[in-house]
Amino acid sequence: MRVSRLSKSYGAFDAVNDISFDIRPGETFALLGPNGAGKSSTIEILEGYRDRSEGDVTVLGVDPQHAGLDWKARIGIVLQSSGESGNATVLEQLRHFASLYPNPRPVEEVLAAVGLEEKAKTRIHRLSGGQQRRVDVALGIIGRPELLFLDEPTTGFDPEARHQFWDLIRTLKGEGTTILLTTHNLDEAAELSDRAGIIVGGRLIDIGTIGELGGPAARIPMVRWRDADGVQREARTETPAGLVAQLARDLGGEPAELQVIRPSLEDIYLGLVRGHAAGSTSDTASTEVLA
Amino acid sequence: MSATLTPQPTPQLPQPVGHRTTRHGLFSLGLARIGFEIKLYFRSTDTVFFTFLFPFIMLGIFTAAFSAQGNIGTNPDGSGGISVGAYYLPGMLAAGMLLSGLQNLAIDIAGEKGDGTLKRLGGTPLSPLSYFIGKIGQVLVTGILQAVLLLIVARFAFDIALPTEPEKWLTFIWVFLLGVITCAFLGIALSALPRSGRSASAVVIPIVLVLQFISGVYLQFNALPEWMQNVASLFPLKWMAQGMRAVFLPDSFAAQEQNGAWELGLVAIALLIWLVVGLVGSRLTFRWIRKDS
Repeated sequence: MRVSRLSKSYGAFDAVNDISFDIRPGETFALLGPNGAGKSSTIEILEGYRDRSEGDVTVLGVDPQHAGLDWKARIGIVLQSSGESGNATVLEQLRHFASLYPNPRPVEEVLAAVGLEEKAKTRIHRLSGGQQRRVDVALGIIGRPELLFLDEPTTGFDPEARHQFWDLIRTLKGEGTTILLTTHNLDEAAELSDRAGIIVGGRLIDIGTIGELGGPAARIPMVRWRDADGVQREARTETPAGLVAQLARDLGGEPAELQVIRPSLEDIYLGLVRGHAAGSTSDTASTEVLA
Repeated sequence: MSATLTPQPTPQLPQPVGHRTTRHGLFSLGLARIGFEIKLYFRSTDTVFFTFLFPFIMLGIFTAAFSAQGNIGTNPDGSGGISVGAYYLPGMLAAGMLLSGLQNLAIDIAGEKGDGTLKRLGGTPLSPLSYFIGKIGQVLVTGILQAVLLLIVARFAFDIALPTEPEKWLTFIWVFLLGVITCAFLGIALSALPRSGRSASAVVIPIVLVLQFISGVYLQFNALPEWMQNVASLFPLKWMAQGMRAVFLPDSFAAQEQNGAWELGLVAIALLIWLVVGLVGSRLTFRWIRKDS
């Protein structure tokens, strides 16, 4: 998949602004970003649902804007929301969708993979929100897609279901499925994706492996404490133990409310998004870096 | 969920190009859709009541309400004529065609657009043509079932005599098929009008209701003012009802028609024109999703 200088505007509003990235075959790529950042517009252009305003897009060797049914047989889509009236049972819906594809997975296997064997004969509208979401996932993978789009797939999942879903995605990865994922769950992105891109305000502000996002500076541990005057202080340092020891010496005792924080992906992500909103590229500017 | 998917058994073979785009594939998928659509039709309580059973209910109400006033089209001495039920039967059959085709599909497809069904289908290798085959097939099967049941109920519950001449039944078959298919395409076209699935009933039902009142379904057509008859002549329901009257009313009733005859040729022409309108309208307005550009 190749996205080159993609832009999408709705009237005067630029939802997507000059985004470029590649996704390699077999890779799992996460698109992260706040609500309204342009993630869904981007993914819907790649799925062929929306026409782009500018740029070039190639998905499985084809421009999705002009892709035919053969192309659709090679992709799987889990949309962000589903509100179908759901008068079909889970089994009927899966069987029917399987019949639309040239080389579908066995229905029973997919039912088991999403953990809905016991609900097979239940009408979809009688399922809980999380169970309906599992049906969405099942319909997305039933056609044995080479490329799977997952737009916030685990919304409404309980933690156990989420972990089972992660196992399922790892299995699909193991089969060589290429996956494009959007999520608000940073743990999910860190668990599943090889690389991630962060979109804010329609622009791609960072891209890289999960270990690289935000750059090395964003990974510098942070020491936070309250000084003798009761003011909250924080400092970033590669040697937090040294700083803590020095603080203890200077304060002549235990620093109040001492924390040593190693930034999680969520911290790094929030730093990038806030930094972007503030017009700078990183949040280190607002923090004092001790020599 | 557990990770129990079996991997691709053989190295993935390249899919034959055009696998599903062949005419055979489109058609067989369309046939598969028909069964699926019919199943969902009968699981929707709203549809079963307001589309499938409605003509039965209305026939019952009219018969109960007006039978005391005696037969319709009697001789000056009060003898002869036909029962109220027999008089209203053709109108109810025409209404059934309109409901099964136009009302059913306009509301159904607008709903599927609103709730994301169409968006999901648009992401699968299902051709819009196969989808249409499924919808038209659903309308045909449910419409025929409705008409046959209505005739059975009319004959055995309301004791209405049905025609015995084969040519009358030939007329019935072509008027019915042409009318119901025309209504189905008009329904697909009309489904583009409601702005949301929730507003679909509110947009479609008044149209259907007004047509039924001015086209001789609920009110005796020859008793309507001429201007109203002329307005109704612009729409297909008037012609479907007229075609059905030609089948089920005695030929002596032809004199009460607007031009004193059944005018089956005009019925065919009017319905064919509306069929073309429906086909073009469906083709131009149908989208899996509302694209913004």
